[in-house]
Amino acid sequence: MDLYTIIFYIFALITLGAACIVVFSRNIVRAAFALLFAFFGVAGIYVFLLADFIAITQLLIYVGGILVLILFGVMLTSHQIHVDAKTGTVQTLPAVMIVAALAGTLIGIFWSTNWNVNPQLEIMDKTAPQIGELLLTKYLLPFEIASVVLLVALIGAAMIARREKKPKD
Amino acid sequence: MQEFINWLQHPGLTHFLILSGLLFSLGLFAILSRRNAIMVLMGIELMLNAANINFVAFSRYVTATLDGHIVAVFVIILAAAEAAILLAIVLNIYQNFNTVNVDEINQLKD
Repeated sequence: MDLYTIIFYIFALITLGAACIVVFSRNIVRAAFALLFAFFGVAGIYVFLLADFIAITQLLIYVGGILVLILFGVMLTSHQIHVDAKTGTVQTLPAVMIVAALAGTLIGIFWSTNWNVNPQLEIMDKTAPQIGELLLTKYLLPFEIASVVLLVALIGAAMIARREKKPKD
Repeated sequence: MQEFINWLQHPGLTHFLILSGLLFSLGLFAILSRRNAIMVLMGIELMLNAANINFVAFSRYVTATLDGHIVAVFVIILAAAEAAILLAIVLNIYQNFNTVNVDEINQLKD
């Protein structure tokens, strides 16, 4: 067992363990902080897949942006942190059955399929320049549409969130 | 058994796929069973991450091009937009209903 394998399993354990805490923890603040480690572990998995640009993007956007948004949401929607921070679950048994069936199916498919793994893999180093080139040539239209979508989401989120509460009389 | 240990010792495409499958299932469990809308959002983010791992893994092991990376970038962009919109909606719901439990929000108009 070489170092590569050991570090892969460490990152996989970090990801899955943190995801388990996110899903099963009763305390929503703890779940939000466990999500940080889950995103971090996924970034490490991207490094293993030689996706350096995706890994950095994951750290910047997920850990730096989305997680902060989620924490804002947690803090703004709990009455008092020590009373209402606990959240319940509903329909646990059907959910467990559905999820167990899905996980078994997925793992069975992944395990039994004979994937067409490319035998001669060139090592991709420095993916960022090639990604930039692809974004401005082959994927130019989705790139522009994504920028418009982000603008619309920005304006829409600000519009929805700052609506004043009507006084109830 | 020896074959399985040998498989465990050489991480390849299947390892990443099974990892993403487990992550996807955990996210789906959060969506199905949690009451708090923000926990549902966390489950969605876990599922998007699982899908991204699949894209990048196939890009690394099967196609050896960067198309999967591009898709992953777009998924991350849309996840950011989606998180912002959902947070705005949740804050608005909290102002109107004084709760964010998805099973108690059952009125379109008060």
